[in-house]
Amino acid sequence: MSAFLDPLLPRPCRIERVTHETGAGDVFTWELAPLEGELPGFRPGQFNMLYAFGAGESAISISGDPGDGPLLHTIRAAGRVTRVMRDLSPGDVIGVRGPFGEPWPLDRAEDRDLVVVAGGIGLAPLRPVLLDALRRRQRLRRVLLLYGARTPADMLYRQEIEAWRARPEIEVAVTVDHAAPGWNGSVGVVTRLIERAGFDPERSLALLCGPEVMMRFAGRSLRQRGMPATDIWLSMERNMACGVGWCGHCQLGPLLICRDGPVFPLDRVEPLMGVKQL
Amino acid sequence: MTELIDALRSGAFAGMREGHLHRLGACARRVEYRAGDAVINEGGAADRFFLILEGEVEVSVHQPHLGDVALESIGAGDLLGWSWLAVPAVWQLDAHASSPVTAVAFDAACVRREMERDHELGYQLLQRFVGVIVHRLQASRLQRLDVYAPLAGPEPT
Repeated sequence: MSAFLDPLLPRPCRIERVTHETGAGDVFTWELAPLEGELPGFRPGQFNMLYAFGAGESAISISGDPGDGPLLHTIRAAGRVTRVMRDLSPGDVIGVRGPFGEPWPLDRAEDRDLVVVAGGIGLAPLRPVLLDALRRRQRLRRVLLLYGARTPADMLYRQEIEAWRARPEIEVAVTVDHAAPGWNGSVGVVTRLIERAGFDPERSLALLCGPEVMMRFAGRSLRQRGMPATDIWLSMERNMACGVGWCGHCQLGPLLICRDGPVFPLDRVEPLMGVKQL
Repeated sequence: MTELIDALRSGAFAGMREGHLHRLGACARRVEYRAGDAVINEGGAADRFFLILEGEVEVSVHQPHLGDVALESIGAGDLLGWSWLAVPAVWQLDAHASSPVTAVAFDAACVRREMERDHELGYQLLQRFVGVIVHRLQASRLQRLDVYAPLAGPEPT
């Protein structure tokens, strides 16, 4: 058993279920179960290193419910390893190391508006936040999900988003960059949702995840509305390899994303995001 | 009239002098649209602009075989329509209500007369419209970046 505590030793897990999330079929969610024993718990924002045997590892954020339920990972087939992962099926075994990384600072959301801004597959690491927020809803003021996707067919967790929309405890606004026939929702970039959301900028916590350029613009929009950079947190992505701060692959200036992040306050990473050489 | 002026005090016209708001209000009327109603039509005379109070308007362009392609949604607090500012004052795009919409419609000729008469009012108004135009241009550039598309750079893992 002690061998499983080695952060570099993958733990064998079986793929129990595969759910295809998008119309293009490039984004899918795995439900995983360990071959032996129980998996450690996680905190929203943390990630695991998933190992497709013979292909390699990829850092993937955890998208399941932190309080209950199976281990879930939503993965986009975007590179060599994740494309191999896409071709795996229920019953196949992969390796899992983790959880790693600093979580979202959810204790800072108490008695404040929680503004969750997600873009594309960036909703995956924020899903545990929303599930956690709904569980301890009475300790928060407003809970808002502002979600931008490329097209309606590229939206993650579409059924769940529709279910959230129907609940009074959470305000959901979705926009797409490019509409399709039959789409009756908003069209435009996610920053436009920030402008209309009407939250209290002096009493809010904003959590951002999506492509870096989207987070830059969303962070700017939140600050223009009067939010201090210390109340805006985002999840960064770099080429993570070891997951524990040993190899240096995910270095961003003085930071190692896997060890010091992936979740950071905007004031800590904003100066680095502007350095083109990094 | 009082209700209309109250509506102008927030959103796009926030911070304007009371006298200016009243003169703008004299050029304006409250309008309502049902979901699906056309608000502006490409090629038509751009003789109005709108401050959206409630609901959402979809700006679109018609493409043969594709129908109306949505470009952007304009919501509560937003200004709709700036073609009236520039010659030849013709709408360049379509817009329709995507939900029930309440708005303030401004008579462009009336507003233009007031701007000629009082350049301070003209300056205040143009300053706000330029802000809106810059903002929408930036949003369009971000939209054009297609940031959620599959990466075109070095292959990630």
